[in-house]
Amino acid sequence: MTPVGEPATQEVLSLDDLNAAVGLRTGRKHVLAILVENKPGVLTRITGLFARRGFNIDTLAVGPTDDETVSRITLTLDGAVAPIDQVTKQLHKLVNVLKIRDLDPGEMLARELAMFKVSADGAARAEVMQICEIFRAKVVDVTKRSLVLEVTGTCDKVDAFEALVRPFGLIEMARTGEIAISRGRAET
Amino acid sequence: MRAVDALMECLKAEGVDVVFGLPGGANLPTYDAFYDAGIRHILVRHEAGGGHAAEGYAKATGKVGVSLGTSGPGATNLVTPICDAMMDSVPLVFLTGQVQTHLLGTDGFQEADTIGITMPIVKHSFMIRHPLEIPRTLHEAFHIARSGRPGPVVVDIPSDLSRADIPYEPVSDVHLPGYQPTTDGNQKQIRLAAKALANARRPVIYAGGGVVDAASELRELATADRFPVTCTLMGLGSFPAPHEQWLGMLGMHGTRTANYAMDEADLIVAIGARFDDRITGKISEFAPRAKFIHIDIDPAEISKNVPAHIPIVGDARNILPRLTTEYRALSADRSRLEEWWSRIATWQERHPLRYEDTDDGEIKPQYMIQALYEATGGAAIVTSDVGQHQMWAAQFYDFPMPRRWINSGGLGTMGFGLPAAMGAQVGCPDQTVVCIAGDGSVQMNMQELATCAQEGIPIKVFIMNNGYLGMVRQWQELFWDRRYSHVDMGQWPDFVKVADAYGATGMRLRDKDTLVRDMRAALATPGPVLVDVRVTREENTYPMIPAGQAARDMVG
Repeated sequence: MTPVGEPATQEVLSLDDLNAAVGLRTGRKHVLAILVENKPGVLTRITGLFARRGFNIDTLAVGPTDDETVSRITLTLDGAVAPIDQVTKQLHKLVNVLKIRDLDPGEMLARELAMFKVSADGAARAEVMQICEIFRAKVVDVTKRSLVLEVTGTCDKVDAFEALVRPFGLIEMARTGEIAISRGRAET
Repeated sequence: MRAVDALMECLKAEGVDVVFGLPGGANLPTYDAFYDAGIRHILVRHEAGGGHAAEGYAKATGKVGVSLGTSGPGATNLVTPICDAMMDSVPLVFLTGQVQTHLLGTDGFQEADTIGITMPIVKHSFMIRHPLEIPRTLHEAFHIARSGRPGPVVVDIPSDLSRADIPYEPVSDVHLPGYQPTTDGNQKQIRLAAKALANARRPVIYAGGGVVDAASELRELATADRFPVTCTLMGLGSFPAPHEQWLGMLGMHGTRTANYAMDEADLIVAIGARFDDRITGKISEFAPRAKFIHIDIDPAEISKNVPAHIPIVGDARNILPRLTTEYRALSADRSRLEEWWSRIATWQERHPLRYEDTDDGEIKPQYMIQALYEATGGAAIVTSDVGQHQMWAAQFYDFPMPRRWINSGGLGTMGFGLPAAMGAQVGCPDQTVVCIAGDGSVQMNMQELATCAQEGIPIKVFIMNNGYLGMVRQWQELFWDRRYSHVDMGQWPDFVKVADAYGATGMRLRDKDTLVRDMRAALATPGPVLVDVRVTREENTYPMIPAGQAARDMVG
């Protein structure tokens, strides 16, 4: 939805021609890449903002960047629940937030790392390992009665993997949440 | 140089001539520096009073207000003023003491996580972690507080760091890469807005607290044609009242004319206003026929509550003159607004603000405001607390210019008025500063009368005394079947004696016939004066849009 009056919009002939630039709920998953100053309390400011404005964070991953004064936060949220433009505008108001990109789903690469602890003895073990092979997952720990599996991929891939290994007896799992970067030469 | 002495230099460099505060253990170093810094320090009796005083100062002068408190309870007492300043976009810097760094996180004596507690209610905050950071941080705090959409900034300083010796060099510029407010306004959007205005047949300008520094620009725009103007509670005075294009305040207790005009408008130009629920009422039925031009310096306000058709981000001072120029260039047909004005005139005639006066000498609260308007010649800076008296003041006192009406709009903080008047008077020593208080509200920060007496701050406080928490009583009457649950304040305390005890002058007024004259006498009395005006006990503030209803459902 383009706000009226942005480049390439028509001249207004009557008020009826005006369309509202609304905080629409887009209904899809959004991946935000947020560059913030690497200072104490910045993450609290961001999560606090989400909490008090009633925006829901699906996943959140924080890490360093090539610049030690800057951290990168990758945050995913559901555009069906939160008005995404409000989210980004409110984030922009935080003094420590340097840059926000709402990554275009077609133009980004997103990955998350997950670890699954599965009970697998006897015949089940071979089956689990077969699934691992299909998903290019790795076995990183083995005991008589369990396996720890490591898998990376998009959120959907990890979901699919989870669905397949769960029936064997999922003891626990840990997921990092997605990190993402744009395709091509340009900086995110 | 001690870091605190550098801090004093920074305050002076920022043009600070007065601060409001209260010392304690953790800000002793700062107070030692105040001893001979040559900055006026006003010793308040409660940090909240100091915070609101700084707000009153900032709202009256447009300068950044400064308020200080010690760690722990000093800082938590500042929470209400901080939040109040956030809601009303008041430029303030709060300097709080903090326990020594080696005690941080140990639940030390008077330790509170000030930064954590205030994080949701500040524009920004800084925790000092090294004494060398103090000068630059101070300047950054002032820059953030006053620029863009103004707001409160908290700087928390551990006491050991503030005593450290640092080499001080004046800081000439601040650079905040993540903070670059947009002030210009997109020219294409402005042109589009001008066209929309030229095409509108039922336009209304709806101006909020964001236009207080663009009042003459607003008048130019409004009078470029005969655009009807309404202001929010926070914007009053930005358009000179009375004026032939003035519709009165809008919103819950606004005029019927203003609210009906919004309801039937085809184009609403919102300037520095944020479509608060007290304005919109039931949002799905708010201004159903209107398209919206929304001019605001804060992009997050645009399309937050009401979708904007033409958003313009920037400073009204920059945008309005360009909009006026673009509009004039279109030479729109002025007669197209005639029908609209005749509709408006009908409402104005049929629904003026009114109340039923009595002839038994009893003072009606609305009359009290009119009498005060007369006694002050409409020329005072007026602060208020929160409640019925606030709404009547907004309705019946015409403000000819901005920064004359100082109240707590967004947060609705009872106890705001008296300390705010104190701050406003300090900032504007040559003006008459009047506080219209409620008998409930005034008791929340009455202790500052001592400050006024000690410092010779001659505020005139007029208590609209009905012995009730009046607005709550009104809601209980209208919506809770007259079950008056805990709203009767009786006649305690005796305000005349209170005034006397604090070293102020106390008066009690009950007679309508001599009210204006008695008020003049109060205004002419030197020093702080507390006037207990006894008014009708059960009077309702009308008209009113009941919460959650639409403008055309106004009652009263």
